[in-house]
Amino acid sequence: MSSSFNVLNHTMVPDHQVMSEEEVRTLLSDYTITLEQLPKIYQDDPAVKAIGGNAGDVIRIVRESPTAGRAESYRLVIRRPKK
Amino acid sequence: MTSPKRVGKIEFGLLSPKELRKMSVRKIIWADTYDDDGFPYPQGLMDLNLGVIDPGLRCKTCDQKASDCPGHFGHIELAKPVIHVGYTRLIRKLLRVTCRACARLLLTPEEVDRVIGTEEGDLAAEFISEKDIKKERVCPHCGEQQYKINFEKPTTFSEMWVEDGRKVEHKLTPADIRSRLERIPDDDLRVLGINAEVARPEWTILTVLPVPPVTMRPSIILENGQRSEDDLTHKLVDIIRINQRFKENQDAGAPQLIIEDLWELLQYHVTTYLDNEVAGCPPARHRSGRPLKTLSQRLKGKEGRFRGSLSGKRVNFSARTVISPDPNISITEVGIPLAIANEMTIPVKVTPYNIEELRQFILNGPDRLTIKSPCGANYVIRPDNRRMRLSDLNKDTVAEMVEPGWTVERQLKDGDIVLFNRQPSLHRMSIMAHRAVIMDGKTFRLNPAVCPPYNADFDGDEMNLHIPQTEEARAEAEILVSVQANILSPRTGGPIIGGIHDHISGIFLLTHGVRWFTKSEMLYLLKHFPVEHLPPADREENGEPRWTNKQVFSAIIPDGLNMVFHATSCQNCEICRREMCERDAFVRIRDGSLISGTIDKKAIGAFDGQILHRIIRQYGMKRAAQFIDDMTKLSIRAIMIDGFSFGIDDEDLSKTEYGQIDEILDAAIQDVERRIKIYLEGQLEPMPGRTLDETLEMQIMQVLGKARDRTGEIAGRHLGMNNSAVVMAVSGARGSMLNLTQMAGCLGQQSVRGERIVRGYDERTLPHFKRADRGASAHGFIINSYKSGLSPTEFFFHAIGGREGLVDTAVRTSQSGYLQRRMINALQDLKVAYDGTVRTTGGRIIQFRYGEDGTDPARSSFGDPVDVKGIIENVLKEEVS
Repeated sequence: MSSSFNVLNHTMVPDHQVMSEEEVRTLLSDYTITLEQLPKIYQDDPAVKAIGGNAGDVIRIVRESPTAGRAESYRLVIRRPKK
Repeated sequence: MTSPKRVGKIEFGLLSPKELRKMSVRKIIWADTYDDDGFPYPQGLMDLNLGVIDPGLRCKTCDQKASDCPGHFGHIELAKPVIHVGYTRLIRKLLRVTCRACARLLLTPEEVDRVIGTEEGDLAAEFISEKDIKKERVCPHCGEQQYKINFEKPTTFSEMWVEDGRKVEHKLTPADIRSRLERIPDDDLRVLGINAEVARPEWTILTVLPVPPVTMRPSIILENGQRSEDDLTHKLVDIIRINQRFKENQDAGAPQLIIEDLWELLQYHVTTYLDNEVAGCPPARHRSGRPLKTLSQRLKGKEGRFRGSLSGKRVNFSARTVISPDPNISITEVGIPLAIANEMTIPVKVTPYNIEELRQFILNGPDRLTIKSPCGANYVIRPDNRRMRLSDLNKDTVAEMVEPGWTVERQLKDGDIVLFNRQPSLHRMSIMAHRAVIMDGKTFRLNPAVCPPYNADFDGDEMNLHIPQTEEARAEAEILVSVQANILSPRTGGPIIGGIHDHISGIFLLTHGVRWFTKSEMLYLLKHFPVEHLPPADREENGEPRWTNKQVFSAIIPDGLNMVFHATSCQNCEICRREMCERDAFVRIRDGSLISGTIDKKAIGAFDGQILHRIIRQYGMKRAAQFIDDMTKLSIRAIMIDGFSFGIDDEDLSKTEYGQIDEILDAAIQDVERRIKIYLEGQLEPMPGRTLDETLEMQIMQVLGKARDRTGEIAGRHLGMNNSAVVMAVSGARGSMLNLTQMAGCLGQQSVRGERIVRGYDERTLPHFKRADRGASAHGFIINSYKSGLSPTEFFFHAIGGREGLVDTAVRTSQSGYLQRRMINALQDLKVAYDGTVRTTGGRIIQFRYGEDGTDPARSSFGDPVDVKGIIENVLKEEVS
């Protein structure tokens, strides 16, 4: 079942990293927000699975931007809710 | 102020008959409303317990006056239960998944686990749906054989089974259904996604009908003193009448047939009372034949409660009329008819400093007779909030009485700031703030240069006007919404206001090549501008000074502007001859004077006016607005020196050209025939990835396309720069060389979905052609031009091609309109916080930096924060690439 393909190697997939607790703390205080106010990403997102993120982790996504050069965004990993 | 509260949860459920009776203040039994004295019947539909609408009466429930009583619900006891139309689909679903004998869910516990997963399992699936249960199976709990449930719109349910080889159908009454739904256990409902505590399924079958308070169905009194009841009241009257008759028949022991008929009639009335647009049910009608507007119709759709009364409302202090152009007012102004200005008011608080001025307004009264007369006032508001209408009778006494603390509502006058809008309001430039100019006539006047942002023209368009009523609103309008602030579009970062049509033709004719003007012509052109001295004349002729056309345009360029660019007419030659360009398309502006080149769409047009863009960045919005005003006035004067018109003889070519065109078209048609012959002989080589047919079609399209272009070239060669259509096409004012080709040369191939026309009869488009004719003229190639006139078959093909365009636009506008609505609903509450993040009202982050780069496109140069190229160009005074 498991193939050798890693989504992170695809050119269209930006860099994903799990942030450390310390980093998350500074992030939340920088923006004066709570975890819940972060954008979300599902635990079963292919990129999240590839870097081994778990519910409650915060993922840093670094994109190459044609206008800003480098754009960072952060997402909170959540479980996919039952329908 | 109370602090904002967070909504914990919202519960959606059904009203149980118990709750309905509990909230009811009165049982309604009489179908009548008012007695002969105009007094409501007790226990009638207008019972005084249900709230009051007549002034003077008091509510019997809350003892409040008509203005304060919110109204109270009553109820009707239905003789027999009836189905609520809104829940027929839920009822159908429940009947199909539960046992007809024991009312349990038709699944074993193991099957249930398999479908919805065990507690907190990772493989979370959905709730049970109708599809999970096979039709006509045996109940796993009691072993009862299940029957097929048939549902017929709007509200009929029946069971179907096969007995002795023939179908048997048994109708289920609402009472049968209700008793079945009652027996479904709560635990089984949970599995189905229903919380039995708030929504027992049997509550979808009505036994008690709530009667809405009279406040939501007020009766109105017509001029002739007759009462006219609300549609809901009419419907309730019907329901009570039938209900009453039903009860009487039931008590009298009427035959089953009559009972069934009455039951069905009651069901019909309750159904239409809830929703009068149900499929398969004739709508209930008013005596006049108009369908009644019942509960669901009040809420649904564009005019419904949500979209019509809550999301959007009608407003005061607004006006609407037809628009017409006035090139003599500034783009920042709007002409307002006197009749409108006299009705529209601005409230001004009386202070010791303005009391004399306001007193004069009051004395002027509400009737301003000419646009030159001073403005008056329509109302004054006393400190106790009493509003007094001013008239010629009371204006003198009121003028005596005013003192600080009062408010005077004065009429609109020149210079007031107003909001101007044209629907559809697709972008923020659809509403802009202008300065009022009171004018005679009955239309709003606007400068044609502001048409592009509104997407307005003058073929009967109407526009709206709103008057900001507070100081804050006026400040906001002036700073954020004014026309100057919106010259740059946030969509492209470039200007959206600028020259259109004749502005471009005019400035093109003025600046193209070299022309010499006498002093009187100079003065005529520059009459409107604050030019104190004419520039030194370039040349003298017979002792008279002569100025160049470039000097004229230089007069309106700001001092110190340096630009180099190519005009619209630039052909992108391999080797640019710069200032020596034979089309005069190399524009160079040095130190605010035009050295060479033609000013056209690229320089001053709306959407891509380069000079305009540079002026905004270098000199600011106010100077840019000034430049647009100057430029439009100059170009209109310039175009009027020679005059500019177009007629049918402007499309005339000479005999030689017509001969050449015929030759080209003949050759092309011959070529098509030749290719068809090759194809029929089987000699055609298919192109890679194409079938033979496709290859042939592509070749034909190519040959005919080329032929049309060549006729265009011939026509264009004959019609030079002294032809108005060519001037418009070259300068970018309107039209293209293709339009000219179609007028003078040939119309070319008509197409549907990018292919030649193939629709029609068996193997041919029209009966005028032989079957299987693949020739040019049989599939929509038009040899004629608009000038020469189309043949009947050509006309038909043209109509076919034209229809596609019409359908496309119709479909596109409706689709994009709906998309826009959804986008607005999704994004309307987002805002950029002070830290640069984009957030919702709840503080949730949508973007960590607005648009990733935090730049406002309207304040950037086509996406870049700094216009490096422009700055270098300005310093070097030379083109940089």
